[in-house]
Amino acid sequence: MSDTAMSAPADLAPARAPLDQDWRKVVNYGLVLGLALVFISLTGMPDGLNSRVIVEPWLSMGYLSLMWLPFAIGFAVTHEQVLEGMVQHKRGARELFAGAVVGLIGGLCLSLLVYLLDTRDLSDPLVNWNQPLLDFLTRDGSVGEGVLLWVGVSTALGLFGGLMRIVPALGSRLVRAVILTVVGAAAMEALIDDLSEGVWKLEGVVEWLYHPREGLEPAGAIALAIAAAFVVLWLGRQLKKGGAVYNLAREAQPLAVNAVSVVAVAAAAILLPIFLGRLTNDLLVNVGLFVLLALGLNIVVGLAGILDLGYVAFYAVGGYSVAILTSPTSPGISPTLPFWLAIFIVVGMATLAGLFIGAPVIRMRGDYLAIVTLGFGEIIRLTVRSDWASGLTGGAQGMLSIPGPDLNIGGWTLPLVGWTMPKLEVDLMGTNPQHILYVVMFFVAIAIYVSWRLENSRIGRAWMAVREDESVAEAMGINTVTAKLQAFVVGAILASFAGAVFAAKVGSIFESSFKILVSIVILVIVIVGGMGRIAGVVAGAFVLVGILGGPNQPGLMAEFSEYKLLIYGALLVWMMLKRPEGLIPNVRRSRELHQEEFLQDAWLRGEVDRDEAGSEATTDEGWAPA
Amino acid sequence: MSGERLLDIKSLSVTFGGLNALHDLDFHVDKGEIVSVIGPNGAGKTTFFNMISGMVTPTSGDIVYRGDSLLGLDPNQVTARGIARTFQNVRLFANMTILENVMVAQHCRTKVGVFGSLLNTRSFRREEEEIREYGKEVLGFFGSRLVGYRLDQTASVLSYANRRRLEIARAMATKPEIILLDEPVAGMNPKETEELTGLIGKLRSEWGFTIVMIEHDMKVVRDVSDRVVVLDHGETIAQGSYETVSNDPGVIEAYLGRPIEGNAS
Repeated sequence: MSDTAMSAPADLAPARAPLDQDWRKVVNYGLVLGLALVFISLTGMPDGLNSRVIVEPWLSMGYLSLMWLPFAIGFAVTHEQVLEGMVQHKRGARELFAGAVVGLIGGLCLSLLVYLLDTRDLSDPLVNWNQPLLDFLTRDGSVGEGVLLWVGVSTALGLFGGLMRIVPALGSRLVRAVILTVVGAAAMEALIDDLSEGVWKLEGVVEWLYHPREGLEPAGAIALAIAAAFVVLWLGRQLKKGGAVYNLAREAQPLAVNAVSVVAVAAAAILLPIFLGRLTNDLLVNVGLFVLLALGLNIVVGLAGILDLGYVAFYAVGGYSVAILTSPTSPGISPTLPFWLAIFIVVGMATLAGLFIGAPVIRMRGDYLAIVTLGFGEIIRLTVRSDWASGLTGGAQGMLSIPGPDLNIGGWTLPLVGWTMPKLEVDLMGTNPQHILYVVMFFVAIAIYVSWRLENSRIGRAWMAVREDESVAEAMGINTVTAKLQAFVVGAILASFAGAVFAAKVGSIFESSFKILVSIVILVIVIVGGMGRIAGVVAGAFVLVGILGGPNQPGLMAEFSEYKLLIYGALLVWMMLKRPEGLIPNVRRSRELHQEEFLQDAWLRGEVDRDEAGSEATTDEGWAPA
Repeated sequence: MSGERLLDIKSLSVTFGGLNALHDLDFHVDKGEIVSVIGPNGAGKTTFFNMISGMVTPTSGDIVYRGDSLLGLDPNQVTARGIARTFQNVRLFANMTILENVMVAQHCRTKVGVFGSLLNTRSFRREEEEIREYGKEVLGFFGSRLVGYRLDQTASVLSYANRRRLEIARAMATKPEIILLDEPVAGMNPKETEELTGLIGKLRSEWGFTIVMIEHDMKVVRDVSDRVVVLDHGETIAQGSYETVSNDPGVIEAYLGRPIEGNAS
C-alpha cells in the first residue's frame, strides 16, 4: 500500500484545490465501494461474523468486514501514477476530499439498502434479505439511525483513507501496524490463549487483555496499540540494524551463518510443539500438510510449468496406500504394516501413479493439459468410490482404524522370507497432534530440501527451460517428455507423503476428502504465495490454510469458513491484478533489479566505465570493444 | 576450405496443406564451411532450418549427418548429435539468468539425475562446476557484455543486440559441430553488425564450428560466406560464391528485379 509513500522531493507543484477532481474516477470508485458494501452485506457475512468480537463491546468482525472497504477504497482513489516528466502535486485537501466523497457515495448506497430492507421484501431471491441483517446494519435502532450511521462512518473512513496519502510514511506505517496488531490479536485469541496457557505470568497478562467471553478489552486494545506503535518507532529500527548485521555476516561467512540459521530453525521446530496446546498443534498439522502439497505442486506448476489441476489424485494415492497397508480393517489386502514401512511402498505407488497419469497427459500443452489433469483428478476419486474398487478401498464407506505413525520398529514379519524383526518400541507417537506435527515437519523438511536441491540443479534448470519455452528447450537438447515426467513424479511423491500423513492423522479415510476443491486450494496457495518460490509457498499455506482454513479444515478464523471460497476468489483476483509475483517476491530478481538501477545511476554520474555499466535502458551501440 | 562432408540433404520436400514450402532441395555442408542461405521472404529458409533441427518432418527426401539419417529424430536428439540453432525471433529463456541460459543448454552433454542432485554427490558438484565454467567461457566470447554482474541477471533485462548474442552463446554451449544461425544480425545497427560479422568468422577460426546462416544483410553474407545458396519458392535457384550468385539473373529477378548490390549498400 505504500507505493506512493511520500518521500517529498523538493520540486513539487503546489497542492490542487479540493474541487479540482477527476470526478468520473471519484464517482466510479464510490459506486464500486457501494456495490461492494451491498454485496458483502447480502452474502450474510457481516451478520454471520457479528458474533466474533474484536474489541468488546465496540467492534465485531462483522462490522469490520464492511468498515475496511471505505478506508481501502478511499486510499485507492487518491492513488496517482506519476510518470517521468509529469507534474507532481503536493498532497493536501484534495486527497481528503476525494476520499470523503467516495466514502459518502458508498455510505449512501448502503443506506439505500437499509431503507429498502425496511420497506421491501426481496427475501425470495436474496436469502439474506431479512430482519437480522437490518438489525445488524442499524445496530438495533431505527432506519434513520442506520442511514446516519453508515453515511457518517463510511465518509469518515474514506476521509481517513485519503489522509493516509498525506501523512508521512512513518505515520501510515504506524496506523497500519496498530490496526494489524489489534485485529490480529483479536483474530488469534484462541491461539494466544493456547500458547500462554501455563506459561508463568503470561497467562495473567492475556487474561487482562481479553474479555472473559471473547474479544479484547478496550484497555487491552489500547495497550496493544501503544505496544505496536512502540515496535514501529523503536524496535523496527533496531530490527533493521540487526538485519543489516546479519546480511553483512552472511556475506562474510555464508557457510557458518547459514549453518547457524538452519540449526536455530530446527531447534525452534523441535521445541515449539512442546509448548503449544492441542488446538494449535492441530492447526499447524493442517498447515503443514498443505505446505507439503503446495511444495509438491510448486515443482510441477512453478518450476516445470505443467498446470496440473488434478493434483489431489496423488494425495489420494498416498492416503489410500497407507490406509490399505496399515489398517487392520481394510477390506481387500490387509498386511497391517507399520506406517514407516508402508511409506516406502507409498513412494513406489506414487511413482507408478505419476507415470500412469503423466504418460498420456504430458504430451499435451497448456489449456488442454489442464483440462485433462482435471479429469484424471476426478477419475481417481470416482474409481476409489466405484463398486469395482470398493473391495480394496471400502468405496463410499471408506476405511477406519488406521494406526498412527508409531515409531515401533520391528515386530513385523517380512512376507515370503518369514523373518521377524525384533521388536523395538519407542512409544512416543500415536495420533497425538503434537507427535503428528513432528511427522509433518519431517516430511516438510524433506520437501523443502528436495525443492531447494532440485531447483539449483541440472534437472531444475531443464524444468525451468521447459516452462519458459517448450519447443526451444527441446531444440536446446532437453528431452522435454522425460523432464516433465520427472517433475510429475517428484510432485506425486511429495503429495503422497501428505496423503499418508493425513490418513494416519485422521485415522480414517473417505473419498470425499479428495474432491476437486483440494486441487484448487493447493493451486491458489501456490499462486498467492508466489510461484516457484519455496518461502512464498510456505507463506501462502500459512495465510490461506492457517487463517482462513483448508477445504475441509478449520483455520484460525473459523467463522470465515462459510465464506472461505468467496475470500479465496477475491484474493486471487486481487493478487493477479496487483501483485502477480506472489506474497514473497523473488529475492534474487529484486536484487538484480536494484543492482541494475545502481549501475545505471553510477553510469549517469560517469563513475563506471560505460560499457560495463551496461546501456540497456538507452541504446547498445557504439561501445564495442575494439 | 572443404573438408569431410558433414551434412548432406537429398531431394528434400515438405508440403503444408497444398503449399510446397520446400521442393526437391539438395544441399550439403562440409566441415569448416560457412554457408549462407538467402532468398526473399517466404522462400522457405526458416522451414529449411526447422527441418534440419527436427522441428518439422519432411514429406520426402533425406537428411544425412555424418553418414546417419536424422529423419525421425526429436529436436533434442538432433541437438545431441551436434547440430545447434538460433531462432529468427529471439527465443531466450527470459526468466532464467544469463548464466542459467547457457548452463541449461549443456543438458544433453551432462547426465547427473535426480538422485545425484539430491545427494549432492561429488560427480554432481564437479559437473556443475564444469558447466558453469564452460558457460562463462562461451559468454566471454562476446567480450564483457554478458559476463560479470550480468551472469546473474535474468535474460529479460538484456537489450535486443545482447539477446541475439546470448542466443548464439546458448547454441555454442550445446557443444555442437554445426551451428544454424537464423538471421544473426537482424535488428542490429551497422556497428554491431560489423562486430558480429567478425565474431561469426571467429566461430569458425577459433572454435572450429561449421556454420549455416540465414541472412538478409548482403554485406554480412559477402564478408563471411564461403558459399551462398539462394532459395525461392522452396527451390534452389542459384548456388556458388557470393560473386557468382549476385550476378545470376535468376537471383536478381527473384529479388524483384533489383540488383543485390543496391540492396547491400
